[in-house]
Amino acid sequence: MNGKSGISDFFSRLYYENIGRIGESSTPIINSFRKEAIEKFNLLGVPTKKMESYKYTNLETFFRHDYQSYFIPEASHFRKAEEFRCDVTELDAHGIVLMNGFYPTINGKLRELPGGIIIGSLNAAARKYPDLIEKHYGKYARSDSDGLIHLNTAMVPDGVFIFVPRGSVPGKPVQVVNLVDSEQDTFDQHRKLIIVEENAECSLIICDHTMSPQRFLTNAVLEIHVAENSSFDLIRVQNEHNNACKVTHTFIHQERNSRVSSGIITLHGGLVRNNTYHRLNGEGADCNSYGLSLADKWQHIDNYVSVDHASPNCTSNQLFKGVFDDVSTGAFNGRIHVAPDAQGTVAYQKNNSILLTDQARMDTKPQLEIYADDVKCSHGATVGQLDNDALFYMQSRGIDKRQALLMLMFGFAHEVTRNLKVDALRERIDGLIMQRLRGELSQCASCMVKCV
Amino acid sequence: MLSIKNLEAGINGKMILKGINLEIKAGEIHAIMGPNGSGKSTLAAVLAGRDFIEISGGTVTYMGNDLLQMAPEDRSKEGIFLGFQYPVEIPGVSMVNFIKTAVNEHRKHRGLAPLSASDFLKLMQEKKELVEIDSKLANRSVNEGFSGGEKKKNEIFQMAMLEPKLAILDETDSGLDIDALRIVANGVNRLRKPDNASIVITHYQRLLDYIIPDVVHVLYDGRIVKTAGKELALELEEKGYDWIKQELYNHN
Repeated sequence: MNGKSGISDFFSRLYYENIGRIGESSTPIINSFRKEAIEKFNLLGVPTKKMESYKYTNLETFFRHDYQSYFIPEASHFRKAEEFRCDVTELDAHGIVLMNGFYPTINGKLRELPGGIIIGSLNAAARKYPDLIEKHYGKYARSDSDGLIHLNTAMVPDGVFIFVPRGSVPGKPVQVVNLVDSEQDTFDQHRKLIIVEENAECSLIICDHTMSPQRFLTNAVLEIHVAENSSFDLIRVQNEHNNACKVTHTFIHQERNSRVSSGIITLHGGLVRNNTYHRLNGEGADCNSYGLSLADKWQHIDNYVSVDHASPNCTSNQLFKGVFDDVSTGAFNGRIHVAPDAQGTVAYQKNNSILLTDQARMDTKPQLEIYADDVKCSHGATVGQLDNDALFYMQSRGIDKRQALLMLMFGFAHEVTRNLKVDALRERIDGLIMQRLRGELSQCASCMVKCV
Repeated sequence: MLSIKNLEAGINGKMILKGINLEIKAGEIHAIMGPNGSGKSTLAAVLAGRDFIEISGGTVTYMGNDLLQMAPEDRSKEGIFLGFQYPVEIPGVSMVNFIKTAVNEHRKHRGLAPLSASDFLKLMQEKKELVEIDSKLANRSVNEGFSGGEKKKNEIFQMAMLEPKLAILDETDSGLDIDALRIVANGVNRLRKPDNASIVITHYQRLLDYIIPDVVHVLYDGRIVKTAGKELALELEEKGYDWIKQELYNHN
């Protein structure tokens, strides 16, 4: 019970008042998880700062509020979602637009793409492919401490399902645009299940946007299973307005010789907490986990990363960077866990932050738990200001101070973005970062995609 | 071109330059020599506009303007170039982007349009050959992972790109092997024009075998204590700096 917040009751009540309707529109498999999940949530609740992993993030500022929530989509929402077009026109992707967590056709349809790839609504997939859902749903998103994961499992109305069968290599990425739009302050839950079978490849782009200026609270869970010899690449761009709060829980489960790259670029959002859990479950698996936070005003951005080396000879690399302006704050907690028989582990971690003002603040904490002896692990963290010598060097070549500052910050950020694998998107993100650093992207106008 | 009168400057309240007087005309190469700690690098830093140096007296006039009132970037655009003793590494900023931004800022200052991509590449190719710099370095971050010699060559490359009126080379020879020294000196010599000038700051005479100065100054304890022709450099090489100290002592 330690670490359970008093605001938890609000969400419990929301469950009991609405579970009938949620259950009716959902499917038996997904419903079968709900009861146990709400019991766990009732026990654990919304995390508080008393919990070690939430020490630097006060969720109450956003969770203590009277949100509306709805569990049955309305046709008008779907129209907005279907009319939505991504602004990155050079990006060639299989697109999915979610409105407040719902797949935009009532009761969802599944799209079957060449190569046997399936993308679509989670509820629809649970009806058509119950075996696949049964095998993977709720299997990776597990926690004995974070109640929000269980709250999501208990109440989520629908979500996204992506399946890449054995040996299949889609020629282009899948792009999921998460829109939230409402006339009232709203609490939403998003869920995704991605299954990449053996010897297959999947590239996924997730874009988080707000479409209206209301206050939003979003609790999102992603479960990703990457089978033997497969590769999975995730890029998440967070660009919600500063009155929105987003908590994400991403669980990436890797089997033997699989390769994963995960990058989270946070440009805007009032309070953002990303939990990324990597499990290296098979020998020879490799994972790269990146993050970049650009915060100003009163924003708070917190990345919690856990890499679990459960098998021998796996490699992992964490690189998280942030630039904090005004009175913004940030946190990073990077955990590396090496199991007793995970010999030959190589695990790196780096967290670098720049504070542009005296009031900006960053808390960074490595957490290494190593139970094997043949292990190569390193971690490093820096919190500092921009390099004055570099600034002067640039000025002495005729570059004015403002431009030099921008170039330095951009260069700092580029160490993360250069790893993003989708070229068209990386170029766009670089452009957005430049705009963001110039102060041209602000508040609601910040949408990377122009709102309809 | 440059006129320094009674310049006094210090760092953290400690006086380092104690009244420097120096006149430099177009077409001249001046060498400033002196033992460690005499104030050579501080002088270079004052001329380039480093802000942590406190100027307590004197004037510096450059092309008729009060240099000390100008921002570092404006000094650069008006034709002053400092070759750094320790060139700075700038992770994440590519050499190409860096030098292109600098060149275009200079052009903007002169009322010229930015160079087209192809013209810029052509210019870069031409100047890279001048200092025999490896093409691959242009795609890397500024000075990041460069060897000592590469960093110094990169300084001369930037100088070639920006074509300054007054180049100040601060210990450009330190840490260079003889081949790199020859390349760096050759670059400087080929950039020499009747309407520009250079200040070569060095501890050793070695560099002056390749860059022949018109005037040699000896800086000691924050003052220029001796000024003569190029033969002074050879005398210093032979006898060290002690005889100058002795001469000063006797004088007083």
